[in-house]
Amino acid sequence: MMHTLGLGFIAVGLAFDLFGCLGLIRLPDVYNRLQAATKCVTMGTCSILFGAFLVTGFVSAGIKALLCIVFLSLTTPVAAHAIARGAHRSGIALWSGSVVDHYADDRQEEVESSKTSS
Amino acid sequence: MSQKVILFLSALIVWSLFNWVPDPAHLLVGIFAAGMVALLLGDLVVERPHLLAHPRRYFYFFFQYIPVFLWEVLKANIDVARRVIHPNLPIHPGIVKVKTSLRSDIAITLLANSITLTPGTMSVDVDKDQAILYIHWIDVRSRDIGEASRIIVERFEKILRTIFEEGTGNEER
Repeated sequence: MMHTLGLGFIAVGLAFDLFGCLGLIRLPDVYNRLQAATKCVTMGTCSILFGAFLVTGFVSAGIKALLCIVFLSLTTPVAAHAIARGAHRSGIALWSGSVVDHYADDRQEEVESSKTSS
Repeated sequence: MSQKVILFLSALIVWSLFNWVPDPAHLLVGIFAAGMVALLLGDLVVERPHLLAHPRRYFYFFFQYIPVFLWEVLKANIDVARRVIHPNLPIHPGIVKVKTSLRSDIAITLLANSITLTPGTMSVDVDKDQAILYIHWIDVRSRDIGEASRIIVERFEKILRTIFEEGTGNEER
């Protein structure tokens, strides 16, 4: 029973990982790609790890899988945040179809005010 | 001192879980390693140890934050999958500003992480002095800062406030 359930979780995880990779190819710019990559790949991989835990049970591999879920779900958003911030600061523009960019506006004001004060 | 003890115990527990099943040799090395970590980083990691003594906060964390979070993550994944396999690629991306009333580091960190893993949004930068988060939104529904804050952060903000800030004397700041 647990074995079947674990295999189910692994299958769902693989499907979401696949969608994440598809998004990485189809979406237009780095920010949208990051969205697909972080969301789908985090949950897909966590689901695979949880399936592995269900299949193996409370042995050393299963407990390592559970710990990896915790670490993965804490660190992936931080990594995505760092990449997005770095990309924006190094001047990578949003996709041409983007609607609004308050971050760029605020950064522009910051640069101008620091110029006038110095 | 209590900060160091808490860090030591949690590091030792994580170490023992990684070396499951614990045996005396592993435990000895683990005590040494966790002790080094606690001595070197003692006061940096756990900032407000008195918060850990409230069972109410654990209850809210495990029975209110975690279920809402998991549900939102599931919705986010289905949302992204739908957008990706849709032939027209229905996205209207943009970066919007939202305001938060949270003040403590851990609450803002968890809020930003939750936003990244919930439907259509990803935090790009945090301005801690003005309590502003810049959010990349895959489907911008509002450019107004108040409206966007209501849609994106309010749900998690309420829960995180009861967990990390209520009754700590942090609200008035």
